[in-house]
Amino acid sequence: MKHATFRRVAALLVAGLLAGGAHAANEQYFPLQSYRVGPYAAGGTGFFGGFIDYLQYVNAKGGVNGVKLTWSECETEYVVEKGVECYERLKKGLNGAPAAATNPLSVGIAYATLDRSTADKLPLITINHGRTDSTDGSVFPYVFPLQLNPYSEVSAIVNYIGQKSGGLDKLKGKKIVTLYHGSPYGKETNPILELLAKKYGFELTLIEVPHPGNEQQSQWLNIRRIKPDWVILRGWGVMNPVALKTAKKTGFPVDHIIGNIWSNSEDDAAPAGDAAKGYISITTHPSGTQFPVLQDIKKTVIDAGKGNLADPKRFGNVYYNLGVVNGILNVEAVRLAQAKYGKKPLTGEQVRWGFEHLNLDDKRLKELGAYGLVQPLKLSCADHEGGGAVRFQQWDGSKWNVISDWVQADRKLLRPIIEESSKKYAKEKGITPRDCSKES
Amino acid sequence: MDFFLEVLTGGLLAGVMYSLVAIGFVLIYKASGVFNFAQGAMVLFAALTFVSLVERGVPFWGAFALTLAAMVALALLIERAVLRPLVNRSPITLFMATLGLSYVIEGAAQALWGAQVHGLDLGIADEPLELGGMLLSQFDLFAAGTAALLVALLSFLFNRTRLGLSLRAVADDALGALAVGIRLPRIWAVVWAVAGFVGLVAGLLWGARLGVQFSLSLVVLKALPVLIIGGFTSMTGAIVGGLIVGAGEKLAEVYLGPLVGGGIENWFPYALALLFLLVRPAGLFGERAIERV
Repeated sequence: MKHATFRRVAALLVAGLLAGGAHAANEQYFPLQSYRVGPYAAGGTGFFGGFIDYLQYVNAKGGVNGVKLTWSECETEYVVEKGVECYERLKKGLNGAPAAATNPLSVGIAYATLDRSTADKLPLITINHGRTDSTDGSVFPYVFPLQLNPYSEVSAIVNYIGQKSGGLDKLKGKKIVTLYHGSPYGKETNPILELLAKKYGFELTLIEVPHPGNEQQSQWLNIRRIKPDWVILRGWGVMNPVALKTAKKTGFPVDHIIGNIWSNSEDDAAPAGDAAKGYISITTHPSGTQFPVLQDIKKTVIDAGKGNLADPKRFGNVYYNLGVVNGILNVEAVRLAQAKYGKKPLTGEQVRWGFEHLNLDDKRLKELGAYGLVQPLKLSCADHEGGGAVRFQQWDGSKWNVISDWVQADRKLLRPIIEESSKKYAKEKGITPRDCSKES
Repeated sequence: MDFFLEVLTGGLLAGVMYSLVAIGFVLIYKASGVFNFAQGAMVLFAALTFVSLVERGVPFWGAFALTLAAMVALALLIERAVLRPLVNRSPITLFMATLGLSYVIEGAAQALWGAQVHGLDLGIADEPLELGGMLLSQFDLFAAGTAALLVALLSFLFNRTRLGLSLRAVADDALGALAVGIRLPRIWAVVWAVAGFVGLVAGLLWGARLGVQFSLSLVVLKALPVLIIGGFTSMTGAIVGGLIVGAGEKLAEVYLGPLVGGGIENWFPYALALLFLLVRPAGLFGERAIERV
């Protein structure tokens, strides 16, 4: 009797395992190093909410050529050590479903897992952030600072200021202050700003705000003394609303402050209340819910009660839409790679090929319902960024309104600097760069 | 000279904001000898509860009363669940308990009310005010007035009421106070509730300034040098320490910062506090501990 029971239980277990295995055999896994608590939870919940909702939407449409997408989360609290621990825990996949790529949305975690990602042959996606020189895919085959690297970001901002001044030649003699977060992220673009100041003849002052930036009186009094034409705000978290409030307090016009890509969300402007009215920032993806892909997500995911956001009012905000854009780019990479390697779950190495061959033109973006939400993007072995353009948006007191067309960074100017830096990295690490002319 | 005065005044007003947080620490330290690391988390909890209630349509004063009730409930819970089981334990044990408590309160606040950032408008205009050629913030002046009122209220409570007498008795000698019939758990609960009230006031003012978000719990980092300089047991010390830290860090950032690459505002108050520790370990107004060995 005991034996019979044991055999029955064993048979059930084996059947279950086989079923589980069969289930996982047609799944592609996304390991998510998310952060839903801690100081940056507002960004984390929005971004990973949008990302997960897009994956759910794709699954509701039958997956990627029948391959279902699966994911699991590991809480990093935006702490680097936890991010690395999560990476190690999740990189091997889930129930047999191979991992496609990691998307930590953290400069610190991205830097800490960069070498591991290359060794493990797992793409590391740093959308709108990360190491600028990782744009050079010949040295960084597994790293993708998609859409916008930090150098492109400031170059586009200077180009916009040039446009507003009546041409880049009119920048000569202008005064620009950059107020930056006191961290490696904040300092990353200082050398490029200095280079652009030399090239265009504007007077640049760099002013640091120590982390977290909840007190900026002295910095803004200094700015008032300098009387700049424009202030570029390279902030993060609480530093942004405090900058706007202190600017108003010290009498600096907020519509002459341009926020960078991490100073551009509703969470950066709204807490500053009236002080933020007129504030300008860059964006790679407008907020709003009018895009067809977002309407479809609403119908199939949100209205079905499956949305990932705790507060559905955040649907369509800047962080959420960045998550959706990130989802689109990840899924497109898988789709492309499937066209080459077969309609099945793929290894990270195969998905890497997909990322490197992303080519989203207006036609494809319209098919995806993401025209206007995602910029046209073409990646290659040599260019892991792809876009390098931004639009400008202005806060009206309750929402962002896009006020410009795409403004392109001066990528020709930036390319030699990026290559110089990536070559230096390759030499330090003993990496032989790939010959991109031989890559297909 | 005008610029110097402007920086100095701005610094003094910012210092008052640090004092507001430091007062919460002083209250608990005075009455129980516990350095309450969770004070920052209490500031966050109070502000987040208040703003979430307001966003759900509760009127301002209703939200204030409900949040105060929540802070008192939290105080009673802390007394019952954390302090009472740890009675007679060493100060470092109690400190570690408050360290853990801060994580619990931060997590609970975010779990309860969500992680997004909220704007908080107290209805005080923050237009720059020109006085004698200097631009001053109306909001900062209001905050300074609030801090002065708070100190006056707390001084009255401590020095002019029967409850205050009990609080001072417990602070002087807990065993002696027990011997004359003062109920220690009740006193602790009262002190933590008052610290909760101070946390609520600090949370509202800081929340209106920064937005209500997790970073509110980090303002404790500004209160630490204030306490070292002013002394852990004096409310006057918390105010004077705040003024010294506020003015010192702003002047240092503007005049010394450019010489060393800027961004010194964070560590300068700690360097200043270190100097005070060397010269006056108990702080400017702190009580010197004299023990028989």
